[in-house]
Amino acid sequence: MSRTLSEYDSKQLLREYGVATVSEHLAADADAAVARATRIGFPAVLKLCGAAIAHKTERDLVRLGLADAAAVRAAATELLARRRPEDGDAQLLVQAMVRGRRELIVGLVRDAQFGPCVMLGMGGILAEAMRDVVFRMAPLTLQDAREMLAEIKAAHLLDAFRGEPAVDRDALANILVAVGRIGVERETVASLDINPLIVAGATAIAVDALVEIADA
Amino acid sequence: MNNLVERFRPLFYPRGIVITGVSAHPGKFGFASLHNLLCHGYEGEIFPVNRDGAEVLDRPTCRDVAEIPSGRADLAFLCTPAVANIENLLACARIGVRAAFVVSGGYSEAGEEGAAAERELVKVARDLGILLAGPNGQGLVSTAVKMCAQIVPPYPPPGRISAVSQSGNILSSYMNYGQLTGIGFSKGVSAGNGASLGLGDYIEYFAEDPDTAVGLAYLEGLRDGRDFVQRAMACTRRKPLVLLKGGVTSRGQKAASSHTGSLASNDRIFSGICRQAGIARAETVEEAYEVAATFATQPLPRGNRVVILTAAGGWGVLCADACVRAGLDLIALPEDLRARIDAVLPARWSRNNPVDMAGGETRETIPELLDCIAAHEGVDAVIYLGLGIQAAQAHVMKSSPYYPGHGLDRIADFHERQDRRYAEAATAASARHAKPVLCATELVYTDRAYGNSAPLAVAESGRLCYPSAHRAVNALAHLCAYAAYRRARENE
Repeated sequence: MSRTLSEYDSKQLLREYGVATVSEHLAADADAAVARATRIGFPAVLKLCGAAIAHKTERDLVRLGLADAAAVRAAATELLARRRPEDGDAQLLVQAMVRGRRELIVGLVRDAQFGPCVMLGMGGILAEAMRDVVFRMAPLTLQDAREMLAEIKAAHLLDAFRGEPAVDRDALANILVAVGRIGVERETVASLDINPLIVAGATAIAVDALVEIADA
Repeated sequence: MNNLVERFRPLFYPRGIVITGVSAHPGKFGFASLHNLLCHGYEGEIFPVNRDGAEVLDRPTCRDVAEIPSGRADLAFLCTPAVANIENLLACARIGVRAAFVVSGGYSEAGEEGAAAERELVKVARDLGILLAGPNGQGLVSTAVKMCAQIVPPYPPPGRISAVSQSGNILSSYMNYGQLTGIGFSKGVSAGNGASLGLGDYIEYFAEDPDTAVGLAYLEGLRDGRDFVQRAMACTRRKPLVLLKGGVTSRGQKAASSHTGSLASNDRIFSGICRQAGIARAETVEEAYEVAATFATQPLPRGNRVVILTAAGGWGVLCADACVRAGLDLIALPEDLRARIDAVLPARWSRNNPVDMAGGETRETIPELLDCIAAHEGVDAVIYLGLGIQAAQAHVMKSSPYYPGHGLDRIADFHERQDRRYAEAATAASARHAKPVLCATELVYTDRAYGNSAPLAVAESGRLCYPSAHRAVNALAHLCAYAAYRRARENE
């Protein structure tokens, strides 16, 4: 049997491994959400977050670009109303709004033959259609990870692009190495998606993540 | 002495071979293997075992392994039915045999009962300290001792490729290419069911084997993928490994709940792992062979800066396209190199890369150009196109009704000699400057018709003559990728 970690807990694991994630906080109610958003700064993002909620977009549980406290309060009330009994102890997740034109997807799978394998690909709405992805077997050396960056077809998008600077490749490569370490060191992690990993300025930031745990 | 090299010595360098299941019937495996060993001149002693002690191929046989003097045979080649093999292994061990190649089928490929027999075979071999190859394999060759221990024919010329295959016929295909091109093998082994020795074991051995310059493998399935990758990496740290993988599309994609999982096809994962391990992965049998033959005969390039030398335009243009597509650096000609070429060719030459001689070459031009291009420090590799056209003209002249009059005999001989010189000059420039110089011409196919002197001379100089510019470019791209892989990991 497998279960998923909540979005917050998934990124908590990533943070433990040094992966840069969006700054985010859990909030129990609308007041707490407004207080958090005010501290993080606007525009803010609000999501409903819980271990049993894996597909937030499909259930319309994401509110982007909330410009002020009033917008956060309205969104919080709306999202809390969409809770279902099977969602368990779902809470609000308040995040900074990360802007960047370039979206990547990074993941971990356990292959029957080769064990934990790390994936890098171009993300965004066309990700699955383009299938521009590359894999390496964990653990990865930094050189392995650098070669993955060069190997995706859209590799040139990691250079300076439409007024945005070139991606910090070593930082991005270190994320791949870290995901590989998770695969090797955390045997219960069945799979992991960082989707999207948004390139903001030169920095790749894990904005959403989903960790699947295989219980023994 | 290296342990691995020592461990495999009885398999690939046996002083003597026991063959069980030898038959007087020329259609039987036990006949074919004795025949193949004899007619390729195996250097050690051969001890055929035949149930009836009948004479086979004018040679006496033993009725029983026990009759064979102790200490004379290192290898047993078992063609007996599976039920007899445990007994044979025990008897072979008693006379000092240390390795066995089991041809017999009826093991794990034949259901659960066979699988049990295979486990028993492995256990007995392990207890006896016998290195076990197969079962259900086609055989093995080792050219250093002129050993063609196979139930099928191809015996390649000696060389520095060592091949292992999970399919006997793909091994035959590799070795057939070796016979056709002259770029030969040190060893070839059909892994059969790989009950004890798997692909990874042979590859690990090839890495240590001083007679092997490049490993060549055909793979369908692995018992332990991670273990295989470790062994493959142990090989590529020292020498190149070329791999052809079958069955990459059959299993389809796993049902998966994650995005990563849905994008994780077997082939995508495997292809990434090959890059990670520095394995040169080929898509076809001929590509696998050509890439291995290239590794075995050309120096590794220091970078990917390529210059094309061509006798005429179209070849060069297509080759340039192929280079760019393959990610090779088709450099702009350095000024000093351009000046040197200016001194050799009439003004109508292309003055850029490809260096198109535009018919401006004279008697000494091509050897001079090959040498000065290969010598230049800004050039890592050279592709030479259009050799053989003079020899093709010679062939037309020699077949003409006017031959040998009108000076045709002299000019035809001159043309043939020139093309032979060009081929030799390409190999000489490559050796002198330690850079790959690849010759490509479809005239390589004339060997069945009249034997164009250019590709023949390429082969005689120990190199592969590529049938097209594209195939040369592809082989070179593999060389460059492997060289880059090694460079990037030099300090690890």
